[in-house]
Amino acid sequence: MNNNKSFKKSLGTGLAIALTLFVFAYAFQVTDVDFGTTRDEVRQTSITRVLRALAHPDIFEYETKELNVEIPFYLPCSESEMTTPDAFPADEPFLKASAYCGEASDAITIEGFNMPTYTTGPVFFITSSGVKKQLDNFQTDADGYFISEIELPNRQPVAEAQAIRATVRTNVGAPKWSDNAIATWDKIIETIFIALLATFIGTLIAIPTSFVAARNLMVENRSPLTSIAFSIIGWIIGVWTGLQAAQRLVALFAPVNENLLLGLGGLILSIGLLYGILRWSMPTEDIEKPSLGIRILSSLGIALFGIATLIFFGASFRTLGATLIEPLGIFGFLGNFIFQIGEIIVMLTPGLIAVVVGAILGNILSKLGQRTSDNMPAGQVRLINIILASLAGAVLFVLLGSVVEWFYQLSNPIKTLYWPAGVGAALGLVLALLSPAKNALPTGMIFYSITRTILNGTRSVEPLVMAIVAVIWVGIGPFAGSLALALHTVAALAKLYSEQVESISAGPIEAVQATGANQLQTIIYAVVPQIIPPYISFTMYRWDINVRMSTIIGFVGGGGIGFLLSQNINLLDYRAASAQMLAIAVVVASMDYISSVIREKYV
Amino acid sequence: MLEIKNLSKRYEGGPLALDDVSFKVPQGEFLAVIGLSGSGKSTLLRCINRLIEPTAGDIIWNNINVTQASDGELRTIRRKIGMVFQHFNLVNRSSVLTNVLSGRLGYVNPAMSFFNKFPQNDIDNAYKEMERVGIAEKAHQRADELSGGQQQRVGIARAMMQKPAIILADEPVASLDPVLAHSIMQHLEKINKEEGVTILCSLHFLDLVHRYADRAIALNDGKLMFDGPPSEIDDDKFREIYGKEAERVG
Repeated sequence: MNNNKSFKKSLGTGLAIALTLFVFAYAFQVTDVDFGTTRDEVRQTSITRVLRALAHPDIFEYETKELNVEIPFYLPCSESEMTTPDAFPADEPFLKASAYCGEASDAITIEGFNMPTYTTGPVFFITSSGVKKQLDNFQTDADGYFISEIELPNRQPVAEAQAIRATVRTNVGAPKWSDNAIATWDKIIETIFIALLATFIGTLIAIPTSFVAARNLMVENRSPLTSIAFSIIGWIIGVWTGLQAAQRLVALFAPVNENLLLGLGGLILSIGLLYGILRWSMPTEDIEKPSLGIRILSSLGIALFGIATLIFFGASFRTLGATLIEPLGIFGFLGNFIFQIGEIIVMLTPGLIAVVVGAILGNILSKLGQRTSDNMPAGQVRLINIILASLAGAVLFVLLGSVVEWFYQLSNPIKTLYWPAGVGAALGLVLALLSPAKNALPTGMIFYSITRTILNGTRSVEPLVMAIVAVIWVGIGPFAGSLALALHTVAALAKLYSEQVESISAGPIEAVQATGANQLQTIIYAVVPQIIPPYISFTMYRWDINVRMSTIIGFVGGGGIGFLLSQNINLLDYRAASAQMLAIAVVVASMDYISSVIREKYV
Repeated sequence: MLEIKNLSKRYEGGPLALDDVSFKVPQGEFLAVIGLSGSGKSTLLRCINRLIEPTAGDIIWNNINVTQASDGELRTIRRKIGMVFQHFNLVNRSSVLTNVLSGRLGYVNPAMSFFNKFPQNDIDNAYKEMERVGIAEKAHQRADELSGGQQQRVGIARAMMQKPAIILADEPVASLDPVLAHSIMQHLEKINKEEGVTILCSLHFLDLVHRYADRAIALNDGKLMFDGPPSEIDDDKFREIYGKEAERVG
């Protein structure tokens, strides 16, 4: 019995080993493992050449001075006109030859004296017309002496004297940065700033996203179906209205684009009004809730002046920036910065207006839904749920259908309009029928799951692939690289951040909630202080990654040093490429060091 | 007057943590809640300000039904109910002052919270509350630099910033040594006697119950086993509450 068991065990082990061997054998086959190539002589000389080139990064260059030492030479010998040197100077470089004339292919010996010590250089044959033909390389010793065996070239016979020349190039003066070093410097700076911008923008978006992607913050957000359905309808109507209004408003405010004073004046005025209405509508302590009328009025005012501020802000910054670029001279980039900020605001304005109007309408309707659900009998609530949920489902799916239409251009309203509407309505109906009328549904978890899914999807796409898409969108250059890296940063950081939020201690959250704080206050007072150290740490870590990523994102046209590196590799200029690799190594290593110092300080 | 009516709580997939508990607490009473670990004391206290949603029953406080309140109403109710925790639940990396001020969050304008700004009036009050519990000189230290007893005093100051009508104290002295325990209990007693704040305090040690509470209720397995003055807890009652094997300590 025991024997049988141990036999089985040995058999199992043997089979496992055999299987492992089989797997690795197949892996060798698939990956073309061939160590014969590594010993191939041609390949070894290539790799030696490349490694030596890499060891000589093209960073410095010198002014050079050429020292040419010549002796006359006759090819072929002609008795009559031949002159041979007879006296040799004692302390100046000179050459001596075993013969001063000869036939083609004759071997002669050249000796050099008083040459610069320990240097190398070529030995040339100089024809009467001044053409150089290299015969040999020489190397001098401690006395500046060399000896070189050469074979005379096969040339047309010429009567007059030609020459044999030894050339030594020596560096003079201080080393200078080579062109390659200067280009590398330019691009490494670009690389660092790509990483900086991508990390900054990515972090900015990732922080709020991470709260939505944190289970412990979202799990308590629940609302009844009535409220959800109302809210969806409100949001959709609101966003649509907002977009329409934004178009009109932008057209209405078009003159502001022309006139800087008008723009700046409007900006100051609208900020002032916004501040005023904020102070008026929100006392520092609200012991009593303000009346509904006042609240509606104040939110309308805030929305109105907020939107006005936005429009004036965008328009005036654009104009201001554009006018500043010229007069600022080398600081013109500041003007461009202001212009681009304005551009971003202008670009975002319609979207922001749509979101604001959507949020207001969605919120109002959601409260209405909550009231309905709280105060009406269950039967009526169920009836309202059935109608509203079907409607909301239909509208949501029609939106999805239009996305499908945009991508696939089916141009078939049955497939992209009626079917989705029907399916959405049916799903809404089923939901309304199945869930108890007044039960709160886990809306927080729905947002959580959607956010997580999007983040996971985005994160699984390599930044290099994103960069290719970005290059198509905004053209080759560092901007494309920044966009791609920023997008990947959002996905990666939001996930890391949200896991930190999930692991914070729940006690302070409970305590702050118990004081009557709302969700926003809870996040600011109980969550944020707990997550600052890990957030700093992860942001630094991400910056580190972004610097490394931005060094290769240039391979696909995303700007930065990668562009230069890939170019030089393709040109087989390994010395230049070596300088770029060195720069990358220095930057990555110092980034690593800086980030570890900062992390140590704050964590 | 706080009235608990037929309160039950069942955690998802678990047994009843609270089983049909009913009692009344007149304004200004010091009520001790006793029972074994896991008997439902914390659940009961957290149901009162709905940090935990009760499954059934009602909580009526000054004619307001807390269990039916909407989110907005609940926040206005919560700001009149302070809470003190066994593990203090301070925000460790924030200053003592910020921790104390966070008691005002239910009152201040939420927009101001973005800038961590409180009205001067609240700041003055915060110093008064910190002085009352003797930690005013620690105002600008980080909360986790304080000792356990000091941290619990920050917790009390935070609760007092709410100008509460009720304080729920969930084993406020269980993580402190006996000397500190008395000092914390004396602070609570002072608040109870001087400000007329109702205190519901869960406690482990019976001598603390005898010394500080006007009345005690006892829970065992989520059921209300005893409701009366602490002096009525004799050996028989004690075994009923804590089980037959239990022996009194302290």
